[in-house]
Amino acid sequence: MSDPWLPALVVLSSLLPGLIIFFLAESRIRLRTTLNLTGALVKLGFIGVMLWGVQNGREYVFRHTVLPGLDLVLHADALALLFVSLSAVLWLFTTLYAIGYLEGAPNRSRFFGFFSLCVTATVGVAMAGNLFTFFLFYELLTLATYPLVVHRGTDKALRAGHVYLAYTLAGGALLLIGTVWLYGLAGQVDFVHGGSLSALPPEAAGQLQLIFLLLIAGLGVKAALVPLHGWLPMAMVAPAPVSALLHAVAVVKAGAFGIVRVVYEVYGIEFAQSLALLLPLAIAASITIIWGSLRALFQDDLKKRLAYSTVSQVSYIVLGVALFGPLGTMGGLVHLVHQGIMKITLFFCAGNYAETLGIHKVSEMDGVGRRMPWTTLAFSLGALGMIGVPPLAGFVSKWYLGVGALEAGMPWVLAVLAASSLLNAAYFLPILHRAWFKPASGSWPDEKIPQRGRWETAPLLLIPPLATAAATLATGLFAGAAFSPLSWAELIAVREYLAWIP
Amino acid sequence: MTDFLDPLPWLIMLPLAWGTLAFVLGPGRGGRLAVAAIALQGALALQLAGQLIDSGARVYAVGGWGAPLGIDLMADGLAAVMLLLTQAVALPLAVYARGYFAASPKGRELFWPFTGFLLAALNALFLSADLFNIYVTLELLGLAAVGLVAIAGGRQPVTAAMRYLFATLLGSGAWLLGVALIYGTYGSVSLAVLTPLIHAGAPLAVTLAAALMLAGLLLKTALFPFHFWLPPAHGGAPAPVSALLSALVIKATFYLALRLWLELFAPLTTVAAAQLLGVLGAAAILWGSVLALTQSRLKMLVAYSTVAQVGYLFLLFPLATLVPPGTADSALAGGVMQAVAHGLAKAAMFAATGSMIVATGRDDISRLGGVGARLPLTLFSFGLAGVTLMGLPPSGGFSAKWLLLGSALESGQWWWVVVMIVGGLLTAAYVFKVLRRAFLPRAAGDRVARVPRTLEFSAFALALASILLGLFGAPLLELLAVGREA
Repeated sequence: MSDPWLPALVVLSSLLPGLIIFFLAESRIRLRTTLNLTGALVKLGFIGVMLWGVQNGREYVFRHTVLPGLDLVLHADALALLFVSLSAVLWLFTTLYAIGYLEGAPNRSRFFGFFSLCVTATVGVAMAGNLFTFFLFYELLTLATYPLVVHRGTDKALRAGHVYLAYTLAGGALLLIGTVWLYGLAGQVDFVHGGSLSALPPEAAGQLQLIFLLLIAGLGVKAALVPLHGWLPMAMVAPAPVSALLHAVAVVKAGAFGIVRVVYEVYGIEFAQSLALLLPLAIAASITIIWGSLRALFQDDLKKRLAYSTVSQVSYIVLGVALFGPLGTMGGLVHLVHQGIMKITLFFCAGNYAETLGIHKVSEMDGVGRRMPWTTLAFSLGALGMIGVPPLAGFVSKWYLGVGALEAGMPWVLAVLAASSLLNAAYFLPILHRAWFKPASGSWPDEKIPQRGRWETAPLLLIPPLATAAATLATGLFAGAAFSPLSWAELIAVREYLAWIP
Repeated sequence: MTDFLDPLPWLIMLPLAWGTLAFVLGPGRGGRLAVAAIALQGALALQLAGQLIDSGARVYAVGGWGAPLGIDLMADGLAAVMLLLTQAVALPLAVYARGYFAASPKGRELFWPFTGFLLAALNALFLSADLFNIYVTLELLGLAAVGLVAIAGGRQPVTAAMRYLFATLLGSGAWLLGVALIYGTYGSVSLAVLTPLIHAGAPLAVTLAAALMLAGLLLKTALFPFHFWLPPAHGGAPAPVSALLSALVIKATFYLALRLWLELFAPLTTVAAAQLLGVLGAAAILWGSVLALTQSRLKMLVAYSTVAQVGYLFLLFPLATLVPPGTADSALAGGVMQAVAHGLAKAAMFAATGSMIVATGRDDISRLGGVGARLPLTLFSFGLAGVTLMGLPPSGGFSAKWLLLGSALESGQWWWVVVMIVGGLLTAAYVFKVLRRAFLPRAAGDRVARVPRTLEFSAFALALASILLGLFGAPLLELLAVGREA
């Protein structure tokens, strides 16, 4: 297979099924499911080939000239593959979950069509080889997720969709201005290890700082950096698989990933440091981490509590990026994966509670561990991982972030991490306590799926969270193994920092 | 012999011929003939584009008599781009119109003849090489367009048509006055003869002529504040007519304004005048978008969107006047790209709108519930066209915006950047106003009927073209550069 086409095929493997699904009649369930799963598996196959190839130093670049001086570039480098693999694997699970979740619901063709477009945009964001390509898929992601957010068509959903669009389109506009400005200043800016802007004359420094601000503000909307995070808690009215997509697979990740690209491969970490851009970024991330956790404490609505937790956790990635040094980089990058796995587990479980028993609030969860032990087990693993209990995934992230902070000479970051972990414990442990140790208070709010034999809920709803919970454990336990997220992050960090050593 | 096969005259003769024949044949056979003939015109336009890229701009002397005795036709890259746009929009719309008039037959007898004359006038206008011929094509274009607005009959369309007639006659009158002044000064109306004669120290009469002609064109292009006639005319006509008018007719007068500005009157242009055009464009973008947002009728929303989108075209004047050549080239490319992208997208949007109105039986945004479920392809087309108008990638609208933004930043005119970005966000607001309604379930008591497949697919073809333009637009810019190297 020729090299330039693999990245394009990864994009097409969800784009084509998506486009076909749009035009399928509502009743063609079997065909639709086949298309969805085939697309997901084929995509994983292509990604597997590229993972092996990149490990062995091969290049996968697809380039198409749109206008003179404006290329569409898909480049599957190590960093791209980190994100692509994450979203492709989680997409498979989310698709399975969504099939179970939406059984019998109306407008499923539309839903799965946009669902596929959404993951198409995400892998495009991941493999974008320059800012223009990134922007293209970033905006496609906005357009593809809007119909999913408003899928239920209720007033609340429409309002959330409205807010979502207002935030993300405005963010996209800032990103566009920054991109055009940068292209005017430096020509076509491809993402390369170590960045390419340090070659510009020193007079441009002021402009570059301003452009950095524009780009980060544009990306920060999707990454839910405080104060640009307002849309995320509102968007939790969407169906659970969509929340999983927003919080773990696609949207917030696209924002955080964009920040990674801008810092490492547009500006270059050392150049960003010399422009004094990293400290403000670290401070913004720290504020977001603390603020999100504080707000999460006071939410009784389970999904809303999880949403604020996302606000806080995604900024760990940004914080890692802003720490100058390979260990901090590894911490941020590995958290990109770990946060995704843990958060998707939590949202799957929240969806299970809502679909099975009608539980939407933390205060309704008393004794749910006895009725739904497997779901609650998965939820507990995700929550403990978020707190950072060893040997779960979240511990690995926090360890590297902490060590990275010391390496970068920012010991105050340790205080932020400690405070955040305490707050995480404060909003997650009471949930676990209620679920496992309190007696049930009589009947459930709205029991929709009765216990059938050993299945506490529909199988398609139970298997995905169990799988991702197992992954939470495995990525922590086997962090040192080859092809684990951590060793892949190490590979990337080595390549990023090697660019600076002559 | 080679003369006989030259595409230039045939691009004008063909639509005149089938337009006339359609009178005799009636709407059924006339429509079929039109579709076949427009396809042929499209092939001719492509052939012409190929010839230009191979061997540069050229002149064709009608009947072998060159200027000043006979009539010259002139084709360069800019003209070829507009010709391609015209045929590319007209073909799917002709297919659409056959389906549309089968569903709502009011005005179908006169649609094909008028459309034939309209296309002949457009093609002739793009190819004209002298100011007086341009006047003739302007009048033919205006009358055919006014006729099309009135074909459905009824009080409202006829009032709108009268208002349109008034505007278009006033515009052509101003043009003719300008031509007379030029002829009085230089004794010629040929563009090729006049261009080297006009220089910065030209007599006052020439400056006056330039101002008159430009003002006439602005009126016909409906640039703010001359847009008063456009929404009722475009919003009241049958859907295929609205599409033709919004996509093509106003582009023709924009094309003339551009030609005058860049070529004939280039020595007379000033930064102040260019900034004034830009300010009018900016006002059009903001005012048109805000009014589009407040409309309750779907077609009026789309018509006000045209008022706004015309504004983007005029941003090219400040960006291309007295700036470094590279910046001006990219501004010109952006402006023309915007004309093409908007032509395709607006035709798609009016076509999709027409289908929605046929399906729901009313022109009311608040009653669109159920359209998404019943006409997904139509709504998808509307959405894709909306993406182009918002200027999101990948689309022709984005490419246009990219080029314009780039030249605005390069020339330090950041205020146009703000206008374009705010305009894009306002566009998103009114496009999503329609989309979110259409996604809702059908309200009790409303009906949403199916519409013929040809209506859905022709709108989709146009919308898809406006998107693909964003990915494969480079050849178009190559064509645009033909004849502009000097």
